[in-house]
Amino acid sequence: MKSETAAFLKKNKKRLLEAWVQNQMSDSTLRDDLISNEELSKQSDDLLDALLVALGSGKLNVDSDKFQPVSDILSELSVTRARQGFSPRETSMFVMSLKKAFYAMLEDQYKNDPATLYQETVELNNLLDSMSIVTMETFIQGREEVILRQTDEISEISTPVIRVWEGILALPIIGTLDSARTQVVMENLLQQIVETGSRIAILDISGVPTVDSLVAQHLIKTVSATRLMGAECIISGIRAEIAQTIVHLGIDLSGINTKASLASALKLAYSMLGIEVRRAERKTIF
Amino acid sequence: MMTLSKETLTIQREPDVIYFRNKAKEYAVKIGMSMVGQTKLITAASELVRNMLRYANGGEAVLEIVIRNNIKGVRLTFADKGPGIKDVKQAMQDGFSTGRSLGLGLPGAKRLSNEFDIKSEVGKGTTVTIIRWKNGL
Repeated sequence: MKSETAAFLKKNKKRLLEAWVQNQMSDSTLRDDLISNEELSKQSDDLLDALLVALGSGKLNVDSDKFQPVSDILSELSVTRARQGFSPRETSMFVMSLKKAFYAMLEDQYKNDPATLYQETVELNNLLDSMSIVTMETFIQGREEVILRQTDEISEISTPVIRVWEGILALPIIGTLDSARTQVVMENLLQQIVETGSRIAILDISGVPTVDSLVAQHLIKTVSATRLMGAECIISGIRAEIAQTIVHLGIDLSGINTKASLASALKLAYSMLGIEVRRAERKTIF
Repeated sequence: MMTLSKETLTIQREPDVIYFRNKAKEYAVKIGMSMVGQTKLITAASELVRNMLRYANGGEAVLEIVIRNNIKGVRLTFADKGPGIKDVKQAMQDGFSTGRSLGLGLPGAKRLSNEFDIKSEVGKGTTVTIIRWKNGL
């Protein structure tokens, strides 16, 4: 870019900024619910400052050292926007709307010199395109970070062990039982058996969508480990279709106490512990 | 037999198993398969996808809605380029496993589906195809 063009743009920074902010405000993708106008102006100002300094360096290349501050600002901005919930279109509009402001200024300046106008426009256009790409790249990175964080959070949701009665523990298992999950479930359960001195553990699989041979194998292992600790296991929440599937698969669960519902498992647990639950005999007033 | 719709998924990681299962369920629901039928299909799919991941490091799974004699069904094809199975007859026996599992995957999947076909060549890979018809028992 010609040095006089850069100097001209620098001199007219205020006008440029105003036009750019105006473009952003008037665009339909403006998210004034996510970002305040003052903040938007401030971000635009910061980026424009950095950009105008870099423009003076002559060669327009986003990857060069001179443009490092510009890339940094852009990256930080789009990562933040990704986290705040901006859409890709809304994020890229930030840079895109700058184009219009630049073109208006250049057109004004080189009205009588079409050759220069064309050359400067093309150069600036290429630069702004690369800047959009940087924005998009980091935006997607920001989103990916969100996804990774959520994956971590999901795997951290451990299966709770609930003490439903003295000596009776219940474990509602929700989702797929893979090897890693089984390990967590088993550890939690065995630890709770020791801590509470419980004699019965109810594994409720109502929330497990598919019981294939791997899941069954994990269940059998958990039951065996519980037995080694001197406690008994009841598996509840076996739906009709799951029961048929287990039979067809050829999985042998005959050595394990199984029940259709948590309620019937609890009833069985009571009878195993010799506990009787009765309706209280109370004189009714009516 | 005619194919009405078709989709191919690449199986590479453990989460793909769950995604594929959900897709298979979607197909089964689309043709109006009963709850028991759906569960059987999904469980068979689960076994076969897991096999593919475990023994062949993944492969391709194809979902199809097929129609024959005016009856719709879901056909699933699992193709891998793994080591292949030396003795298919032995692999189809209950309780046989080279991978310390229950050894019910292949025979179980066969019992859970209406039609079952397995082709395997040592060093080249294995292809398993299953069909469950809408009215299949």
